[in-house]
Amino acid sequence: MTSSTALLEERPVLRERGQREVFCGLTGIIWLHRKIHDAFFLVVGSRTCAHLIQSAAGVMIFAEPRFATAIIDERDLAGLADANDELDAVVTQLLQRRPDVRLLFLVGSCPSEVIKLDLSRAAARLGRRFGPEVRVLNYSGSGIETTFTQGEDACLASMVPVMPATDASGLLVVGALADVVEDQFTRLFAAMGIGPVRFLPPRQARDLPAVGSGTRFLLAQPFLADTARALEERGAARIPAPFPLGVEGTTLWLQAAARAFGIGVSHVRAATDMAQERGRRAVARYRAELAGKRMFFFPDSQLEIPLARFVSRELSMNVIEAGTPYLHRQHLAEELALLPASVALSEGQDVERQLDRCRAARPDLIVCGLGLANPLEAEGLTTKWSIELLFTPVQGYDQAGDLAELFARPLVRRMRLAV
Amino acid sequence: MKLTLWTYEGPPHVGAMRVATAMEGLHYVLHAPQGDTYADLLFTMIERQSKRPPVTYTTFQARDLGGDTAELFKNAAREAYERFKPQALLVGASCTAELIQDDPGGLARALGLPIPVVPVELPAYQKKENWGAAETFYQLVRAFAVKAEPGPRARCNILGPTALGFRHRDDVTEIVNLLTHLGIAINVIAPLGATPSDLARLGHAAFNIVLYPETGLQAASWLSRQFGQGMVKTVPIGVGATRDFIAEVSALAGVDPSPVLDDDGARLPWYSRSVDSTYLTGKRVFVFGDGSHAIAAARVASEELGFSVVGLGTYTREFAREVRDAAAHYGIEATITDDYLEVEAKITELQPELVLGSQMERHIAKRLGISCAVISAPMHVEDFPARYSPQMGFEGANVIFDTWVHPLMMGLEEHLLGMFREDPEFHDEAGASHLAENRPLAWDQAAEKELKKIPFFVRGKARRNTERFAADHGLTGITLETLYDAKAHFGR
Repeated sequence: MTSSTALLEERPVLRERGQREVFCGLTGIIWLHRKIHDAFFLVVGSRTCAHLIQSAAGVMIFAEPRFATAIIDERDLAGLADANDELDAVVTQLLQRRPDVRLLFLVGSCPSEVIKLDLSRAAARLGRRFGPEVRVLNYSGSGIETTFTQGEDACLASMVPVMPATDASGLLVVGALADVVEDQFTRLFAAMGIGPVRFLPPRQARDLPAVGSGTRFLLAQPFLADTARALEERGAARIPAPFPLGVEGTTLWLQAAARAFGIGVSHVRAATDMAQERGRRAVARYRAELAGKRMFFFPDSQLEIPLARFVSRELSMNVIEAGTPYLHRQHLAEELALLPASVALSEGQDVERQLDRCRAARPDLIVCGLGLANPLEAEGLTTKWSIELLFTPVQGYDQAGDLAELFARPLVRRMRLAV
Repeated sequence: MKLTLWTYEGPPHVGAMRVATAMEGLHYVLHAPQGDTYADLLFTMIERQSKRPPVTYTTFQARDLGGDTAELFKNAAREAYERFKPQALLVGASCTAELIQDDPGGLARALGLPIPVVPVELPAYQKKENWGAAETFYQLVRAFAVKAEPGPRARCNILGPTALGFRHRDDVTEIVNLLTHLGIAINVIAPLGATPSDLARLGHAAFNIVLYPETGLQAASWLSRQFGQGMVKTVPIGVGATRDFIAEVSALAGVDPSPVLDDDGARLPWYSRSVDSTYLTGKRVFVFGDGSHAIAAARVASEELGFSVVGLGTYTREFAREVRDAAAHYGIEATITDDYLEVEAKITELQPELVLGSQMERHIAKRLGISCAVISAPMHVEDFPARYSPQMGFEGANVIFDTWVHPLMMGLEEHLLGMFREDPEFHDEAGASHLAENRPLAWDQAAEKELKKIPFFVRGKARRNTERFAADHGLTGITLETLYDAKAHFGR
């Protein structure tokens, strides 16, 4: 741990400030509302916020969604007392429409923050009115406070203070995972003899896990700085580990948990051998196509460094640059220790300069956001949109092959096409 | 404050982006927080543009708010000029930047750049996307258009087409062809494809064709007042409207319309009169879209396909009066709303047989089991077809015939599917009747449960692959492990 921190200090990081071609934290609502089945996300913002979420989701609404925007208008800007009354009216209307909602998030946005609309007070007020049936929490998903996946961090952190207290020993897995991945991990932890295991966020609001001095937690996602801090304030201890991407990452992640619970290596091996072997087989299918290919990550989800580690070590790819919007040195220490020294790191963004570097390097595969992908393809470069890495189950042994396939597919496609 | 689950229009600065992205030689510097760059994907993903929109965002964050966001804007504007060397700079603010009141116009002018700077103020808490596009185009026209001798009568401008517009690309091609056959010269098409210096030449035309009133009417009205140019407001969607349009432009241009009217290439009139179209008679249709497309679609539905218009509405409040007038013509009351739930309630109440609307009405119609065709923005990737597919002119009318009538035929098939859904050979799990039934392997409960977690559209493939894997390996039953072993074996 100390050696890896030292390693990072030696490692040069290009820090840039300029136009950041990234989503804001509101985008997280797209996967969070599907994860917590009885939660509703009410953005208090502008038409831009509403338009962003529906555009980033890339789909129209098939059923009435569990997210919406309370669009601030001219009248609200005239006086704040009025805005609070208006918000109460909107929430009342909403909860009448949706009696199934048990957890309501008031989500702050750029405009609500600039006009200093106090959503924590609003949440407390509305919580008194609609509780205990409906719990009302608030967090900020604004672009001035959060970058893309930091919205999930802010959301999870807002739940920590209301988690029940416990002194019992247990493992908490933190970060939204697909249900199918959670179930796989649950089986692996059970086979290793670790328990009880709980997940944050829960699938149902009433299943909010308990936390306390006996809780040890594993981060399943690399962007959860505030959530981790809030859990530590409740007495929980973080288990330092790389992230469960790829076979190696998953094994190290599970081993870290096992060590924290005093479970021997042989136990871990017995529980995971078969899945590891299966994962390696699945990844091997794609290594032949991907080995030696040069890759470039634009900053987006903060998954870039764990992904760079995975593609370097398990797929033998050469990562030219791994850009990340924010480099959390402590949470990524184990990842950085595994990352080949040849990978250049950049933090923050000046998109025009980064595009210059990317074009000059002519990588075989670029991981970037939706705004950049087609223009780069039109220049003859090959891209993978990064948002898919958040929407697709990619963690754990049985998804390692799927993760590799996400990177292989654009290259295979380019090879197939003769037009 | 208004509860909004989904919005038909984006904010007004997205309208400004539609104008800037349509044009050449113009760059838009937008004072906006981090995250507002999402708007790029509207153009690169939905419209599949091969270039990024010509927009630089300041992407300020909280730490900048305490400092100097004005300086950030000035740097962004300066760097955008140096990197892109545009003919002119458009500057403005998105909703959040509007609140911090940095005055992008004043800041940009203070830079003393050697190019014109056009500021646009788009009140984000009052107005929406189409208004923003119209206002931006108007400000650009005001800034650049120079009064000139109008020249020959038979010379016009085409105003209104933008990026991210519903079939604008193909409509422009169709209308240019039509005008060319009439012997009318085209002076400038704008914003689509125009440069700021093209806008300077707008005064050389005798009249303006407002192809899309939502985006072009404000500028065209100003040109009429300032330069005394004529204006054609008929939107040429449908055979009747196209004929009216031809009569109007021919009169203004002083040309003979008969060669074009005599050989118009319109198949819609005959297709609609042919006996197999009899079943279309009196079909109850609900029409909803932007103002111009909704009004045009109602006319085509009623006069050219023999439908009964039972509902008509728009989300474009700027054109509410026109839509109300049109609705009165069909003896109904217009639905003017930007709340899709209200539209849904109206459709549910009216129970039409065909819905002509935007992609949102397509989803509503699908939920209600009603046939639907899309006639209007908001845009979806499907609204940028690879094939030539105009809505305007005579070919546009042909396209409309096909796209509106086919869903009704499909609707009949769906009806039959519904009727037979419960039949033993016909339930969801059954294979096609010509494929042999083959399921000898037993799935244990855990494996069957896990299979259910796989999204339905790939579940069938997962089941087949797992069973094939089990058969190849001589297994008699399928467990959770078999499922994942097969997944690792076959990949996706």
